[in-house]
Amino acid sequence: MIELERVRVSAGTFSLSDVSLKVDAGKYAVLMGKTGSGKTSLLETICGLRTVASGCIRVGGRDVTDWDPADRQLGYVPQDLALFPTMTVREHLAFALRIRRVGAAVIRERIAELADLLGIDALLPRRVTRLSGGEAQRVALGRALAFGPQVLLLDEPLSALDEATRHEMYALLKDLQRQTGVTTLHVTHSREEARRLADHLFVIVDGRLETAAIDGAASIS
Amino acid sequence: MRSPHQPAVPTPRGRRRAADALFFAALGLLGGSYVLLISLMLAADAIFTTPQHFLAALAKPEIQYAIRLTLVTCSISAILSLWVAVPLGYVLSRYRFPGKFLVDTLIDIPVVLPPLVLGLSLLILFHLNWGTWKLEDWLRQEIGFPVTFKIPAVILAQFSVACAFAVRTMRVTFDEIDPRAEQVARTLGCSRAQAFLRVALPQAGRGLCAAGTIAWARSLGEFGPILVFAGATRMQTEVLSTTVFLELSVGNLEASVAVSLVMVLMAVVVLVVLRSLGMEHGG
Repeated sequence: MIELERVRVSAGTFSLSDVSLKVDAGKYAVLMGKTGSGKTSLLETICGLRTVASGCIRVGGRDVTDWDPADRQLGYVPQDLALFPTMTVREHLAFALRIRRVGAAVIRERIAELADLLGIDALLPRRVTRLSGGEAQRVALGRALAFGPQVLLLDEPLSALDEATRHEMYALLKDLQRQTGVTTLHVTHSREEARRLADHLFVIVDGRLETAAIDGAASIS
Repeated sequence: MRSPHQPAVPTPRGRRRAADALFFAALGLLGGSYVLLISLMLAADAIFTTPQHFLAALAKPEIQYAIRLTLVTCSISAILSLWVAVPLGYVLSRYRFPGKFLVDTLIDIPVVLPPLVLGLSLLILFHLNWGTWKLEDWLRQEIGFPVTFKIPAVILAQFSVACAFAVRTMRVTFDEIDPRAEQVARTLGCSRAQAFLRVALPQAGRGLCAAGTIAWARSLGEFGPILVFAGATRMQTEVLSTTVFLELSVGNLEASVAVSLVMVLMAVVVLVVLRSLGMEHGG
């Protein structure tokens, strides 16, 4: 469960104030807003990479507002993915588990499971620098999900993909949610994505967050 | 507005080709003049010296000692420079802190200061009386580690200049590495140190090679500060740049040119080795 209570974020020229939202456990929420509306800043704030000016962030019922990003146990996929260029796909999937000093056998098992779920078995030994957009996106998802977070934060995960790949990813994201039960907050400016994926829909309008009906997504510009 | 049916107005092809030719000629001439100057200087050195001079110079025990000392001191000061440059470059690239501007400016001082002045400053630092306490005396008597006019002074003189260049290189290196990957690593459970060691540093391989190379090369070329702070005692603090000076000052032009060529060769070997290492790791 993700809960924001009267959160205020300011970064540079813009600020988002009085943001309150709640995503129930296991649900898929989509947050829409125009470019530059502060969607990314809000996600970074939930991750702990940006400090809140005021307000409270709760994940799984615990107040994590002042917690270090490492303690929040959230899976985060930034828009630019930020894969680790010196590592192979396998090392990406193992990364969070190695940090947690999980045993090698468990890591191997988990990698196999994730690779299967994401359809990236064949990519495991490869370096990430020459992956296609869709492949890189899957690797970033796998890296974020490897340690079994309760919450997944996705920043414009489909914006750089071609039409066909995007359709594959809709199915994959829904599948992931069903199989892992992960609570997801997905940030986008695409109405199509909101219609296809959202259980809950939130919209940022003029620095404020509003709840919207999902079939109403079509009317949001 | 022109109607779309009219043909586009062509630019005169002949004139454009002539202009392109002129452009390349200008690029080649201006850039080439410098390349030519360096080549001619090296060629002149090579023509001036003969294999006999070269071998005679290499056979001198003082010069053999200077070659060994140069290799050892340059390597130590390059390694020391990297140990400082990696954390300092990272801090300057990633964090904002009070006094950052001052630190940034201070690091540039060894770059812009005449090296001789740096040597003089080192000498004064080690011999200034702080009341009754003096750094050099304390090192000699209490620690048993004399510095001034000894080999450590050679290394310190080289390091004080070389490190500034290594820090600049590492800072640019980290500036070019996306901090986003380290942030993601922190959301995956890394401490800041783990994010640095596992994600940022492995991406800095090429920068490390470049910083090491530049620090080594600067150390090789260092002369002024070594002369002032470490002296030019044969078989003690004589490095190759000192040899060139010492041989020149006694009128032995042949030996100083031969030693200069040895330095050129060493520099080329180090450059080639480190560049190729950098290519392998940098992909």
